Amino acid sequence: MSDLGTLYYINVVAMVVIGLYIVLTKRNVLKILIGLDILGTGVNLLIVVIGYIEGGTAPIYTAGISPAKFVDPLPQALVLTAIVIDAAVLAMAISIAIRLYKEFGTLDVRKMRLLKW
Amino acid sequence: MKKLKYVYKIAALAIAVLLGYMLLQALMEIPFGTNRMFVAERFIFEEPYEVGAANTVTAIVVNYRGFDTLGEVTVLFIAATGVALLLHRERGIRLAPTETTLVVKTGARVLLPAVLLVGLYIFVHGHLTPGGGFPGGVIVASALILMYFAYEEYVAPRSMLHLLEGIAGLVFVIVGILGIIVYGRFLQNVFPLGDFGRLFSAGFIPVVYVAIGAKVGSELAGIIHDMIRRGGESE
Repeated sequence: MSDLGTLYYINVVAMVVIGLYIVLTKRNVLKILIGLDILGTGVNLLIVVIGYIEGGTAPIYTAGISPAKFVDPLPQALVLTAIVIDAAVLAMAISIAIRLYKEFGTLDVRKMRLLKW
Repeated sequence: MKKLKYVYKIAALAIAVLLGYMLLQALMEIPFGTNRMFVAERFIFEEPYEVGAANTVTAIVVNYRGFDTLGEVTVLFIAATGVALLLHRERGIRLAPTETTLVVKTGARVLLPAVLLVGLYIFVHGHLTPGGGFPGGVIVASALILMYFAYEEYVAPRSMLHLLEGIAGLVFVIVGILGIIVYGRFLQNVFPLGDFGRLFSAGFIPVVYVAIGAKVGSELAGIIHDMIRRGGESE
């Protein structure tokens, strides 16, 4: 029981660490966005994992399954919202990246300099 | 310069791993798999009489937190508008057109109705089975990607998508305002609850989820359209 939980928590932490590392070190805008998405997915996974109840089933009324066995539906509803917002933000960010490429001819964040010093 | 780059990467890795370790230590304090529901317990047991949707998650998303979902749909709308503002060109050329073979074209023609049907099924049955307006809309929009992959001369009906998007958004708001007219509360259910677990049940949830499905589908289709076709100038 606790082994499974530890596995999930390590998975969440690994996704957050990988996402953060990509955001900190990569120079390509699209790679940074991929890193942000991995980070966000890790956080969403964490919220769903915390809502899990030992031996629980999906919170959908089905013949033969007592509602007392349902897992917590509230984190799932929140994550559903978060996923959609994530997708919207990502689409917006990618179109900004496309415009940046048009403007500078590169996706490298270090070469994008409007003010030279 | 090269050495500095490695120092920077190692420092970044150290920061990320340190933060991860701290996060893991904090998470280990949370017992896994225990019941810690407070408000959700009431949602699960009262929901069949108040909302009447077999899928509890849908009942929470569309009914109890319906106002949040309206905000969520608005965020998606603003993102789609932003993408259109940044990228849309009226007479844009297709980006990276690729010649496809007969196999891909025929396959796309065969698969298109099936993909659309699956998307429709998922958002019409949002209150009964896993899924709902958002995933269903995404599946419908993926049918458009299939068309773009297969036919290089394919152009999405942009004005029709805009019309569908507008009507779908309007339906959601009108359902909400009906609640104000009848009960004095925004997004209060005015439709009959129906038989629990049937297609026509759960009050306004099927209506709103079909609207959300149409809206999400047309918005994502618009985003795909704007990203694939852009730029009148040669690059």
